Amino acid sequence: MELIKFIVEDQQGERQEVEAPTDMGLSLMEILKASEYPVLATCGGMALCATCHVEIVEGKAGLEKATDVELDQLENLPEYFPSSRLACQIRIGEQLEGAIVRLRGEDVV
Amino acid sequence: MNPSPIHTDLCIIGAGPVGLFAVFEAGLLKMRCHLIDALPQIGGQLSEIYPQKPIYDIPGYPEIKAQELVDNLLEQAKPFNPTFTLGERVDHLDRQEDGSFILTTSDKTTVHAKVIIIAGGLGCFEPRKPVLINLEAYEGKGINYMVKNPETFRDKKVVIAGGGDSALDWTIFLANVAERVTLVHRNETFRGAPDSASKVFDLAQEGKIDLILSANLKAVSGEERLQYVILDDKDNKEMSIEADYLIPLFGLSPKLGPIADWGLSIDKNAIEVDTKDYSTGVERIYAIGDINTYPGKLKLILCGFHEAAIMMHSAFKYVYPDQKLSFKYTTVNGVNAF
Repeated sequence: MELIKFIVEDQQGERQEVEAPTDMGLSLMEILKASEYPVLATCGGMALCATCHVEIVEGKAGLEKATDVELDQLENLPEYFPSSRLACQIRIGEQLEGAIVRLRGEDVV
Repeated sequence: MNPSPIHTDLCIIGAGPVGLFAVFEAGLLKMRCHLIDALPQIGGQLSEIYPQKPIYDIPGYPEIKAQELVDNLLEQAKPFNPTFTLGERVDHLDRQEDGSFILTTSDKTTVHAKVIIIAGGLGCFEPRKPVLINLEAYEGKGINYMVKNPETFRDKKVVIAGGGDSALDWTIFLANVAERVTLVHRNETFRGAPDSASKVFDLAQEGKIDLILSANLKAVSGEERLQYVILDDKDNKEMSIEADYLIPLFGLSPKLGPIADWGLSIDKNAIEVDTKDYSTGVERIYAIGDINTYPGKLKLILCGFHEAAIMMHSAFKYVYPDQKLSFKYTTVNGVNAF
């Protein structure tokens, strides 16, 4: 099993390293949830609710471009940053190694 | 209020796949169902969001389109004559002395039911609110999250915020109705329909609307009602716009809605249930499908089907308190319509 490591910054600004397998077809949203981060992911990964909104602070160069569906959702958000993404639309892969991900989701519990 | 409520054994909130299959399971036990859905059509997210998408994990169907599954479920429920209230959201729940409920919808339809089954999926899609200083204080006093009646804005100063299709469309429409329309958008360009975007740029060029780009809403203020919308412009300088109305249009987001106020135990936007029978902590209220949560929960249609079957056997005692429930197979007994 291939493992990658990246940094997650929570709403309080605290950073922690997270490990994730690259060969299980998981999304970043699923890893964040599994790591007990307060991500609602109401729609289950269909790019509908934007509750898994994250900012890719570092390491966005290697990521696949956002699809139109994802961009439409992001565009609609009241708060949006140039490096905003929906975590459910990002597949865990080598390109995330060393990345820094900042949680931005609305109505986090 | 509607003087004569709809009477039913079970009221199912949510007419998605799980709500529809619940009608079938209830029917086998001779319990009648009325379904209420906030969407104007049956089928929930399957019909609303991905009708043409194939689903691969419905037992017995190697592949089935979402809408086809909904059509089949409706056909399967038909012998039990379910009734529907569509395009209305359940707003209130009043417990009666005998333990039954009166539900009241957003359009004041009332339903009397012995048991409530919440099969609400993701919840209701509600307008997303921006984070603004004093926002809540002016809701209903100048802040509207949707345009219900354009006449409300006749000869008024209106600020619209957002960059999607609805922000563009309402800007164009209200340009001829309101005294002045100002569209505030945080980018330089629009992702909405190119036609609408170029119309908005034309209107701004002709001086018919004010277009403020690369700007972010910051606060709202006023005495009794909204008077000013305050924003940061592209140079991060604060500016204030006189406004009778602010219409933030930032898309829709699924929310539990009024269900959250019914005294149910809620975890991360989902209703906690007992896996013995998918009952909530409140007697006679059950929750099945994507809207519930329990250890090991999987948000799958097939899990919702299972939950519906188990749950109906538990609800039977409230509809037929004097009868003993005996378990029957459809292969032995068939499906006895009513």
